[in-house]
Amino acid sequence: MITLKELTNKEDLFVSGHGLCPGCGIPVILKLVLRATEYPIVISNATGCLQVASTEFPATSWKLNWIHSSLGNAASTISGIETMYRVLKKQGKLQTDTEIKFLAIVGDGGTNDIGLSSLSGAIERGHDFVYLCYDNQSYANSGGQRSSASPIGTSTSTTPTGKVLPGKLQYKKDITKIIAAHKLPYVAQTAPWNWEDLYTKAKKAFDIEGPAYLNVLNPCPKEWKIPSNKSIELTRIAADTCVWPLYEIEAGKNININYKPENKLPVTEWLKRQNRFKHLLNVENRWIVDEIQNVIDQNWKCLLKQEKRGINN
Amino acid sequence: MEVIDGNFAIAEAIKQIGPDVVISYPQIPSILILESIASFIANGEMDSEFLNVDSDYSAMSACIGVAASGGRVFTATASQGLALMHETLFIASSLRLPIVMGITNRALAAPINFNADHSDSMAQRDSGWIQIFSENSQEAYDNIIQAFKIAENKDVRTPVMVGIDSTFAFNLHENVNVQTNDEILEFENKPDSNYSILDIENPKTVGSFCTPDYFFEHKINQNKGIESSRKVIKDVGREFGDRFNRYYGYFETYKLEDAEFAVILMSSAAGTAKKAVDEMRKKGEKVGLLKLRVFRPFPYKELGESLSNLKSIAVLDRVLTPGTYGGPLFIETMAALYSLEKRPLVYPYIYGLGGRDITLKHIEDIFDDIKKGFNNEKGNFEIKYINLRE
Repeated sequence: MITLKELTNKEDLFVSGHGLCPGCGIPVILKLVLRATEYPIVISNATGCLQVASTEFPATSWKLNWIHSSLGNAASTISGIETMYRVLKKQGKLQTDTEIKFLAIVGDGGTNDIGLSSLSGAIERGHDFVYLCYDNQSYANSGGQRSSASPIGTSTSTTPTGKVLPGKLQYKKDITKIIAAHKLPYVAQTAPWNWEDLYTKAKKAFDIEGPAYLNVLNPCPKEWKIPSNKSIELTRIAADTCVWPLYEIEAGKNININYKPENKLPVTEWLKRQNRFKHLLNVENRWIVDEIQNVIDQNWKCLLKQEKRGINN
Repeated sequence: MEVIDGNFAIAEAIKQIGPDVVISYPQIPSILILESIASFIANGEMDSEFLNVDSDYSAMSACIGVAASGGRVFTATASQGLALMHETLFIASSLRLPIVMGITNRALAAPINFNADHSDSMAQRDSGWIQIFSENSQEAYDNIIQAFKIAENKDVRTPVMVGIDSTFAFNLHENVNVQTNDEILEFENKPDSNYSILDIENPKTVGSFCTPDYFFEHKINQNKGIESSRKVIKDVGREFGDRFNRYYGYFETYKLEDAEFAVILMSSAAGTAKKAVDEMRKKGEKVGLLKLRVFRPFPYKELGESLSNLKSIAVLDRVLTPGTYGGPLFIETMAALYSLEKRPLVYPYIYGLGGRDITLKHIEDIFDDIKKGFNNEKGNFEIKYINLRE
């Protein structure tokens, strides 16, 4: 296993000067993911915080080939690029002898909502690429609107809490399982608090042939309404409460849970640290918290069972 | 000579050009082009990579990926499919990607309809694409072959859509002169692309975020590509003619030189219009036709010159653009003529929506109409609808 020191000695391909918020998880996630392969990477980045903050013309934070098309089509764009790479290889016209890796980077809105068809299609066709979803549970770049990845009860700018409504009324999509249902070679859920887990999964995703999907919890101080120095720590609480379990699914069959909290914390530990959930701790919303806890417990139990029996049993 | 329909003519052209990748999503009737290509590949007659994607939106997105990797790429669509691509069409032209797309021009819903109508292409007239329209299968074949050469020209590097009227793309089998593979390959001679996202030695950031400080200049630079295409379209049309004896320009004029009255239109209705001109000429009427081939870039100077000496003209649009005074062809023609010292009277007509027929009689009536208008204190300039039931 690689050490953190060895990792820091590797070249940074995403460099400073970008405009991402203090405490945003994206740079931390990227630094680990971009170090997880020795091969050159070509990136297709959807519209979102990362794209806007890292490429303000004429500057760029990217020391590799990077393309942005739109919000809903990063996966189909990389499909075209990866196809052309195979064509050039077949024709013997590729200008380099080295293998190239392909990476789509998309936020939760671009993944769960507008780009789901594009992502599903690219996986079904079996392109050899890694899809990285940084899930900050809202459309943070446009000001923090609800996405289908926002958890139930979240106060967002389009599901605000008010005198009669307690925030978002629907559950978050279980996108990792939705993608796993494509039975692709590799699917993993991870978070930046555990650098080793994140790095190892990214490495597996790059190494494996065919499509691989990484769902990474990305703390967003602006929309989660948390202090910026608490963001990474909070992703650990997400794991300790089983709000965001770390697990991987290989070939749509075997689930490995990569972190099992010794003391599983109640969901209130996750909720109370974020002002987007503050209203849930009021007495009249107690039922929502109970519901959330109930669902988390069921999901966790299901995951443990699936780990034992395999996902299809 | 082969007897084929417009779809097959386009597929035949693509087989001979052999793009690196063909992207497919089904729309009626453009999918017939793609099905033919798929079967060429399945039978080893061509070896392009064929990608079946999940939507028209993904189709254009994948085209962007291929072209940004320096690849030659083709796709085809119609109607709703083109409408769904709308966002990505602007991205393709802004990134200066020489994509070529076949359009079997079809009405936009609602109500859904599969027949000839230009509302799909016309809704994309500001997308930054070069737009070429074909009268028949021969022109569709010829235009596709020229499209790659125009799009890939180093001064142009702008995507091209080639239209053929839906109904005529799949119902009408015609004689088509098909060139030999060698002739086509020699004509095409693809230049190197200006950038490739796969060039790992020279990392690039493509599709940046841009503030007001630079945006305007970016767009004006982009516009230079399509402006440069004016000359290139002419040159390619001439070279094509010199090689294959079928010459192309921005438009075709038919008995226009000494005409006093003319009809202006695009695509398949030109066949009927030519016949109408012939019939009226027999009766001694000085009538002619201008069939526009290149709608974008709009050849306003050349069009103005060709029309300025006429007494009056009827501009026929096969699209309804609600709330406007006449269709896009009418408006553009008016704009081209207005600043000229000498100019004809211009009458707006809308015809053929959703595949409604336009007959010889209709065009003869239009000629009578604009002639009467000219002789009778200029007549009525309100929009007239051809073959519309009361």
